[in-house]
Amino acid sequence: MSATTPVLITTLAALIGAGLMALTFQRMARPAGVGAVVGALGGALGAQVFMLPLEYCTFASAKTIDHVIGLALVGVGMALLLWPANWIVERLRGGWRGLLIGDTQAGAFRGWLTPALLLAPTLIILLLFLYYPSLDTLWLSTRSSILGIPGTFGVCVDNFTALLNDASYLKALGNTAFITVAVVVFSMALALLIATAAYQPIKGARIYRTLLIWPYAISPVVAGVIFLLMFNPTGGIINYLLRQVGISGIRWLNDPTFAPWVVIFASVWKSLGFNILFYIAGLQNIPKDLLEAASIDGANAIQRFFRVTFPLLSPITFFLLITNTTYAVFETFGTIDYLTPGGGPLQSTETLMYRVYRVGIQNNDLGNGAAQSIILFLMVIALTVIQFRSTGRRVNYGA
Amino acid sequence: MTTLERAQLQTHAQPRARFFAWLPQRWYVHVFLWASCLFIGFPLFYAMLVSTQNNAQVFAYRFLPGESFLDNWRIVMIQRNLASYMLNSTVVALAVTTGKTVLSLLAGLAFVYFRFPGKWLVFGFVLITLMMPTEILILALYNFVTSLGWGNTYTALIVPFLASATGTFLFRQHFSNIPAELSEAAQLDGASPLQFLFRVLVPMSWNTIGALAVIQFVYVWNMYIWPVLIIQGQERQVVQVGLRTLIGGDAALVFGPMMLGAVIASIPPVIVFVLLQKQFMSGFALGRDK
Repeated sequence: MSATTPVLITTLAALIGAGLMALTFQRMARPAGVGAVVGALGGALGAQVFMLPLEYCTFASAKTIDHVIGLALVGVGMALLLWPANWIVERLRGGWRGLLIGDTQAGAFRGWLTPALLLAPTLIILLLFLYYPSLDTLWLSTRSSILGIPGTFGVCVDNFTALLNDASYLKALGNTAFITVAVVVFSMALALLIATAAYQPIKGARIYRTLLIWPYAISPVVAGVIFLLMFNPTGGIINYLLRQVGISGIRWLNDPTFAPWVVIFASVWKSLGFNILFYIAGLQNIPKDLLEAASIDGANAIQRFFRVTFPLLSPITFFLLITNTTYAVFETFGTIDYLTPGGGPLQSTETLMYRVYRVGIQNNDLGNGAAQSIILFLMVIALTVIQFRSTGRRVNYGA
Repeated sequence: MTTLERAQLQTHAQPRARFFAWLPQRWYVHVFLWASCLFIGFPLFYAMLVSTQNNAQVFAYRFLPGESFLDNWRIVMIQRNLASYMLNSTVVALAVTTGKTVLSLLAGLAFVYFRFPGKWLVFGFVLITLMMPTEILILALYNFVTSLGWGNTYTALIVPFLASATGTFLFRQHFSNIPAELSEAAQLDGASPLQFLFRVLVPMSWNTIGALAVIQFVYVWNMYIWPVLIIQGQERQVVQVGLRTLIGGDAALVFGPMMLGAVIASIPPVIVFVLLQKQFMSGFALGRDK
């Protein structure tokens, strides 16, 4: 890397930022010149967000992939500054007061000391136990750091590029995708089926509902313990039942083909209650007149379900899709650790979360573990953003 | 059953075929629901059954209660000390649930009933933490909490979880729907913000408080990866990790005590959930009476 690289990157970022913001300002009927200045500043500073701590190391490397990651980081840094800048400018329409104060109810108490005291405990805890560890994870992910050995050194983005070539990491990624899709699909489909019966106003509806949703309170660990018994090859009831129909000798948890399925069954069982609960609520909110209108028009029960009910449920389905995905990626850890400690035969039940634990804690490789955490982090951010963007629609439908 | 439900029951009543008159209305729905309840309950029934048996009975597939319940109880509670794990979980879950609810109420009060500069910024600061699940930060959090000297303490299990974006958000939503006249009246009467919170807002917020309490209690009671890391000894370990002692290392699995432990460990969260089910539903505006 020559000494001019940082200057070059910064100038480029400033130019792109200026162009983008000038266009945005023009669209909002504001002076494009001001936009260009804001954009240039935001772009130039945004480029430094990741590059200054990394000392522009990605551009010193001989590997193309490092350059690509470097450019991506510059882009993310720019977005981190330009997006709020854009938002502030939009808010400025209401004047500086609107920017500082925001919406409040009419009868609000005055003073800043009391709210500061009220918020202090929450803010301090969030800062110390969520923000600081997040930044520290980001920092660790660029270091070679072994727990118990003092001293770390920077490795640029090598922890990340190493993951791309790490067959066991890619396998964990595949396992996670497989387990997640299976849990989400089976649990939600089964829940919807049961909910279509349970939401109806029949005698004892409340008792049925309680008996259907209680597994929400069961822990992933307990689900693991119970399914360890059910799927025991010689003492478990599943193989006993299978033997009655002529299938025998499946060694569930010792077989790389079947082990992930035990995790899936246990997780579906555990998450079913939650999904039934939300589908019952969703079904109860569907206007009865719509269904009646459809049946007057000659739609049979199945047509009514697929043409009216299911589309009207889509906000709930979407919400459950996000929460079930989060559950399958993170919360299955306890189930997996009890069913197949260590990640199962041929690592067939090792999910991304389980691997963070194995590499970061059991193998003491904090740098690599942190890099894996950051990738999970990006997935969570993506899911949260998708969820937030759709919340507006959900509220409208749900009412 | 509420009047509303009864009214709907009647409007939905269909004319019954005379031949099936002895059957309850829409009997097939009942049959299906009974089957579903049994299907969902089956793993737990089976676990309960096995918790009364010894290994020989389990492997002989005896589907009747055995006589080993007391033996299993002794192994679980006395030999393996599950009672102490249960106590630890109770302390931690109650502390976090209470603390989180109080801190979220205070934060909600500040966000809805005060004007102060930079409010949206502070709210954004809280909201962004929704994207930071503890599971992801576990390595850095472990480093930090151990450096504070909190390794192996209740503090490590409680303090990092006391603040909640979900809770703050929930109370902010709930308070925003309460008419502004109430806070105006309280101000005219000279009530302080805290008096207003505890005399006026809290009595109007039991559903939201109950809903938050359920999810927090269940979440904390079922927490697993964090206590695995931060608690090494047995004295302060929680029950989700303690169940591991029932599985044992290389020894053959003894299913009776394992299942008894699993059932006992599930009782508190299931009871809390079932008891506060109504609050849970209405606090999240689930169901029809919203």
